Amino acid sequence: MAGKDKNFSRRDFLKTSGIATGALIGGGIIGGLIGANTNSKDTGTTAPGNSDETKGSSSGSVRGLTFFKSMAEFEILSQATERIFPEDDLGPGAIGLGVPYFIDGQLAGSYGENSKEYMQGPFFEGEPTQGYQSRLKRNEMFQQGIQLMQQEAQSRFDAKFVDLEGEQMDEILTAFQDNEIAMRGVESQFFFRLLRQATLEGAYADPIYGGNINMDGWRMKGFPGHQMAYIDEIESEDFVEMDPKSIGMEH
Amino acid sequence: MVTTLDSVDVVTVGVGWTGGIIAAECAKEGLKVVGLERGRERGTEDFTMVHDEYRYAVRYELMQDLSKETITFRNNRKQRALPMRQLGSFLLGEGLGGAGTHWNGQTWRFLPYDFEIKTMTDKKYGANKLSADYTIQDWGITYDELEPYFDRFEKTVGISGEDKNPFWGKRSSDFPTPPMKKTAMLQRFETATSNLGYTPFMMPSANLSEAYENPDGQKINACQYCGFCERFGCEYGAKTSPEITVVPAAKETGNYEVRFNANVVEVIKEGDKVTGVRYYDTVTFEEFIQPANAVVLTSYVMNNAKLLMVSNIGQQYDPETGQGTLGKNYAYQILPGASGFFDEQSNTFMGAGALGMTIDDFNGDAFDHGDLDFIHGASISSTQTGSRPILSNPTPPGTPSWGADFKRASIENFTRIQGVGGQGASMPHKENFLTLDGTYKDIYGVPLLQLNYNFTDQDRALHSYITEKAEAIVKEMGAKTVAAGGELTDYDIVPYQTTHNTGGTIMGADPATSVVNNFLQHWDAENLFVVGAGNFAHNGGYNPTGTVGALAYRCAEGVIRYSREGGSLA
Repeated sequence: MAGKDKNFSRRDFLKTSGIATGALIGGGIIGGLIGANTNSKDTGTTAPGNSDETKGSSSGSVRGLTFFKSMAEFEILSQATERIFPEDDLGPGAIGLGVPYFIDGQLAGSYGENSKEYMQGPFFEGEPTQGYQSRLKRNEMFQQGIQLMQQEAQSRFDAKFVDLEGEQMDEILTAFQDNEIAMRGVESQFFFRLLRQATLEGAYADPIYGGNINMDGWRMKGFPGHQMAYIDEIESEDFVEMDPKSIGMEH
Repeated sequence: MVTTLDSVDVVTVGVGWTGGIIAAECAKEGLKVVGLERGRERGTEDFTMVHDEYRYAVRYELMQDLSKETITFRNNRKQRALPMRQLGSFLLGEGLGGAGTHWNGQTWRFLPYDFEIKTMTDKKYGANKLSADYTIQDWGITYDELEPYFDRFEKTVGISGEDKNPFWGKRSSDFPTPPMKKTAMLQRFETATSNLGYTPFMMPSANLSEAYENPDGQKINACQYCGFCERFGCEYGAKTSPEITVVPAAKETGNYEVRFNANVVEVIKEGDKVTGVRYYDTVTFEEFIQPANAVVLTSYVMNNAKLLMVSNIGQQYDPETGQGTLGKNYAYQILPGASGFFDEQSNTFMGAGALGMTIDDFNGDAFDHGDLDFIHGASISSTQTGSRPILSNPTPPGTPSWGADFKRASIENFTRIQGVGGQGASMPHKENFLTLDGTYKDIYGVPLLQLNYNFTDQDRALHSYITEKAEAIVKEMGAKTVAAGGELTDYDIVPYQTTHNTGGTIMGADPATSVVNNFLQHWDAENLFVVGAGNFAHNGGYNPTGTVGALAYRCAEGVIRYSREGGSLA
């Protein structure tokens, strides 16, 4: 398995991700991040967030990649999602929420393979109102898009994407969004919309899918997740705050 | 190699609301019924882990597997029709209960005006109110004739509501259960619409306000307001669905069998009758013929029409000549609305699929259209169906769609937004129709259904009129920012709009202009019945299921009568 071979440590991850470590220490996010990346036996770390709540968020006690084969590609994806959904005073961003792992996992499965979608030919370019008409699968689209992000970073700034300043990354992402990047088999604005949507999915899906670590996406948003009932609160005149629950907690 | 099975009295194609109702009524009368369902068996016990937005609402767990079958689509005949490769604009169901499992439960009776729309419009506004391109016609049945069947369906479901709407048809009995709870958000809409001189009332709901036992003896539980209704199944058995009501009622008779993984590909016609259906076992791809004395098409709008087309039953509608009825009068729904951004937080994440308040002051012909360039209108509602974080990222106009500002605004407004939306009626147009596609096929080698559809000038006029009304209501509600929906342009099959597709197998009084009579009996084959929203000659300003349920009870009566007497029931 790709993930096992890599077996990268948290420190390496932070370094290569280009995130200032200091920015991650503090608030409720640190536990989540540690729980996400390094909950391996050899570190012996027991993170504050690594309680029952996060057990459901990663399979067993290790975490790795099931779709991407190269850490370089995964880190580009990570940085791109972080620009879309950045860490701020409200709480963690995409990386802190485990969004890149979520996307990696989804790309390896039926989402990435478009397996519940009509993929028979013939293929023709249609009107925008006719929707997606490419033979490209989502996982192929992500690979191509990530390669092009790297290529754009080289041609525009003579640097790797992950080494760019935030504004420079934004410039490249905006070029994708504005359909200025030539992609094969898909328009770059379509890929950007998919990337944006996948980022939000990873931030807010139940932690059983590997994102939304520690349910911090839900905490930020005031969404209590899986609650059995609101019949006792539904008539409340006031806003009701609740600790979120995952569907994974009770099983 | 086709295996021909033993004949039965009645076979239904699909087991959702219509298939379940036909089965329960016919089986109670002693008829042997087989329901062929291409999806899987499922029930309340399958929904204990259903509070999963990603799996059910985003990845469409309960919906049709498009890798096996989809439709093709184009806006007009100049375009090349291409497959709907991914779900978007509407969500086709699959499996026991059909869309009746993942519906929201907003359960209306179409207005008296709807059923006689041509006669009433001509009488009041003259015959040229709309151009001849709009193929509106009466339904061949009146509201009063259909009222007992509405009553029947509402009692089966246990609808929660209040008879406070001055604009809807007369009811023979009150709602079976009292209305849902009136939340702070609904009160905000109630106060604003009352201030504006309208008449707000609680939306009729199939998420029940209290536990209920229906006339068949089936029990439905009280809604817990968990906020996971549409696109989900109910883990409480509190959203009335076929699999907790009519399907078990049919089974209890001993006269009913549901056969799963059975995908019907043809209705077999000989002379002026049908003899049964041909289907594939979706697991083994074995082919079977199920002979039956009566065949009832009870799948979704799309597949009911497709099965008639591939079986060469009836005359395909031709937009060039206006001849033919099959595939004619496909309609959708027009969705004007406005959103309000408020300072105070609301419990947006709580709710139920049919928790809402509505005004009908701009629906049907409740208001004068003399100076307007459209007919009909929209119910205007504010609902609290339970917002969920992946699909609800509301931001005020001008906010970037990603990055730090987006994150802050979408998080802040998740609990600070309230919308007011119209469900606008959709008038049929000669260019909006269903036919068979000439290029693309499903995995059984059967042509895909082709949808030809675009919004019309009537739609645009209705949309802009109702948008203004919705905007004014949101302002009156005290929103600090009001964002009204934009102009209606071309129909786009990508963003979700509504699963209220109608027409294609329309009902009527005349075989020259309709596919089935008012017992939903096919004009060209007396032992073939076709029932569902495909029977609608146009789409009204409400959710369709209440009217679909009434038509299903009407159809069941027709099937039973036919079984005894034979012949045309018209």
